[in-house]
Amino acid sequence: MAGQTVPVDVTPAKKSRGEPTEKLIPIHVMGRRYMVPGDLTIMKALEYAGYQLTRGCGCRGGICGACGTVYRTPESHRVEVGLACQTIVKPDMFLAQLPFFPQNKAVYVLEELVPEQGTIAGLYPAIFKCIGCGTCTRSCPQDIEVMDYMAAAIRGDISRVAELSFDCVMCGLCSARCPAEETQSLIAILARRLYGRHIAPQAEHLKERVRQIEKGRYDEDMKTLTGADRETLVDLYYKKREEEPDLPDPDWLPSDNSHI
Amino acid sequence: MPYPPEFKDLISIVEKTRPERVERKRKGQEFPALSREERDTRLKKYHPDFKADSRREIRVGVSKGYAISPEIVDTLEARSRINPDEIDLSQIDHEADVLVIGGGGAGSSAALIAAQAGAKVIIATKLRLGDANTMMAEGGIQAASKLRTDSPYWHYLDVMGGGHFTNDPDLVKTLVMEAPKVLAWLEGMGSMFTKEPDGSLRTMHGGGTSRKRMHYAGDITGAEIMRTLRDEVRNHPDKIDILEFSPAVELILDKSGACSGAVLYNLDTEEYVVVRAKAVVLATGGSGRLHIRGFMTTNHYGATGDGLVMAYHAGVPLVFLHAVQYHPTGIVFPEQAEGLLITEKFRGAGANVVNIDGQQFVYEREPRDVEAASIIRECSGDVGRGVSTPTGKTGVWLDSPMLDILHGAGYVRKEFPGKHILFKRYGIDISRQPMLIYPTLHYQNGGVEFKSDATTRLSGLYAAGEVAGGVHGDNRLMGNSLLDVTVFGRIAGRSAAEFALKRKNPSGLSLDHVVKYHRELEEAGIETDRVAPVILPDYTNPDVKERRVVVGP
Repeated sequence: MAGQTVPVDVTPAKKSRGEPTEKLIPIHVMGRRYMVPGDLTIMKALEYAGYQLTRGCGCRGGICGACGTVYRTPESHRVEVGLACQTIVKPDMFLAQLPFFPQNKAVYVLEELVPEQGTIAGLYPAIFKCIGCGTCTRSCPQDIEVMDYMAAAIRGDISRVAELSFDCVMCGLCSARCPAEETQSLIAILARRLYGRHIAPQAEHLKERVRQIEKGRYDEDMKTLTGADRETLVDLYYKKREEEPDLPDPDWLPSDNSHI
Repeated sequence: MPYPPEFKDLISIVEKTRPERVERKRKGQEFPALSREERDTRLKKYHPDFKADSRREIRVGVSKGYAISPEIVDTLEARSRINPDEIDLSQIDHEADVLVIGGGGAGSSAALIAAQAGAKVIIATKLRLGDANTMMAEGGIQAASKLRTDSPYWHYLDVMGGGHFTNDPDLVKTLVMEAPKVLAWLEGMGSMFTKEPDGSLRTMHGGGTSRKRMHYAGDITGAEIMRTLRDEVRNHPDKIDILEFSPAVELILDKSGACSGAVLYNLDTEEYVVVRAKAVVLATGGSGRLHIRGFMTTNHYGATGDGLVMAYHAGVPLVFLHAVQYHPTGIVFPEQAEGLLITEKFRGAGANVVNIDGQQFVYEREPRDVEAASIIRECSGDVGRGVSTPTGKTGVWLDSPMLDILHGAGYVRKEFPGKHILFKRYGIDISRQPMLIYPTLHYQNGGVEFKSDATTRLSGLYAAGEVAGGVHGDNRLMGNSLLDVTVFGRIAGRSAAEFALKRKNPSGLSLDHVVKYHRELEEAGIETDRVAPVILPDYTNPDVKERRVVVGP
């Protein structure tokens, strides 16, 4: 088959129910049983079953957090979780999507906050209600140690919260299942923003570059470039651009530094 | 699903050529880049844009005669989703100084700056705030931040060369000069960019960059920027109202012809909603979900080109839509992840692209269109060195394991946690096994015509982000779209607020431009039951739709 032009295809499952080769399995969408191909994600299975999704569907790539889903299978008493766009259907799963869960976000002025022990608790005093049961960690489709970062938040260890929660897609499944009614993902983003703004060392070179631009250091260069004709630009592009090497070399400098 | 057993032998071929390729990379001996002439030839022969039936002329409207993707033309040669005669514009549901249409990176940036300038803002967005291609951007954001090696001058040249020198010079200048400023703005809002211990920003190469100026936050740069912006937008409930699940379907003009609001559509209740505003920012994003030429796409569910349609109905020309960006590296296996983006950062960090023989056939850091065309060529009948999958697709290998050899064990897992987890779910360890990839529909290079102050030809209408065209010319480089949305989003917010705060409340609201557009369709002999904007792609099982019970007349 090598050499054949790729048959282009669309992402979603536009499979017809009539195709006999499909191996169909039963799933139960909010109680209603549908037969769907066993290799589909939950999201594509819903579309196969006939749903036009408006809620519970976003990036379809596992990063936006729109499609949080809870389900049980007959083999286990456990409530399982997953992102519908990333999770493959299982036979006889009972599922419900939970695309939204109410959470009260604290409103704050980031630059006025001081990153100290009580900052998070000041804005989210309910963190002390956390009972450390770990349901949040078990409810995270991103395998984040949610309970651990909640413990860090209670201790006021902002950096640790930021580090542990970095992969959070803010789907809200942890909040939905939390017996202490916490809003974990909001606490996490507060911590990450506190860390990024107030704790992580700032990029001084960036500030310097902004100053250079504002002082007009590149104004002449820009005048030349925007006024250049195509041939001049082509020439500069193919003949004058030196390429910084791929592998890290802290000592590399371009030989032509006239426009830097 | 893990790789099938027959892939074992194929992967061992890649492993066999790997030590030598790693050695060459260490010595800086790169696979030769294509010359200017070779680039041209390759694009013309293999890039999907140059296929015979890839473009069709628009038959109506201000850009009549312009040949672009047929799928977009279809949305322009369609009737409005609303019947303009049935909308009661005298009943205004919401009012604002600035209405921002779209809740992605550009819309959120615009809203924040407009609010800061003193405007009362409404963001109307199709799905949730932050549901946008911005959220999905993985690789990074370009800015000439390095004081000793880089400057806006070299950034400018890279952008121009990548765009085949067709870009609007003024837009490019704005992009590269504002870049360090927006990066500092994002850092100030707490975005966690990946840094050295002293705070300096880590950077990498991307396709078509002469200097390492790709800044990143792990491999979820877009998500980190988007969730920061979203959180900040929600810090201003007194100034910014957010209407979610409320896509705009038409712009509203006033008696002078200035843009004065929009008709929204409530996705839950299916009623229309009238918003009056003194200025409107169009930030609706791209159109990957129109599946141009039937390609799989990396795009967000809501990326259906709605802004193009609305602006076009109101007389704003379309530019640079003849060029569509196919990202060189979309997943072709496993099928469940098909079309998803593999960030260019893998190639930026040095991963080779190799064929079924484990041989390189293209330099891994060509501009995106050239890289994509080269992969299509390798898989085509002309060369035939692609790898076939059990699901009937063909792709080539992206040799991720060589990164652990080049940069140290654990590098792939640490630098690409998102993709590492994704593949792990299917039983594939990308730090040990290469990925199978093929180009995937990624970016709408063009869009509505606009200027560097974000104004459009329609007074009161501003544009920013993927919906607008000209910044990237015929081809965008990696890391310049997160930059585009933030740079021009901010400018649009500022310009719109300035305009709005000087303007009196619009009166004589009208949808006459839609009536006129319908008339033009009829005069051109276009009879169709298509409606636009598309709003959402329809992936519902066709067998189910056939059996739906239609109630009422």
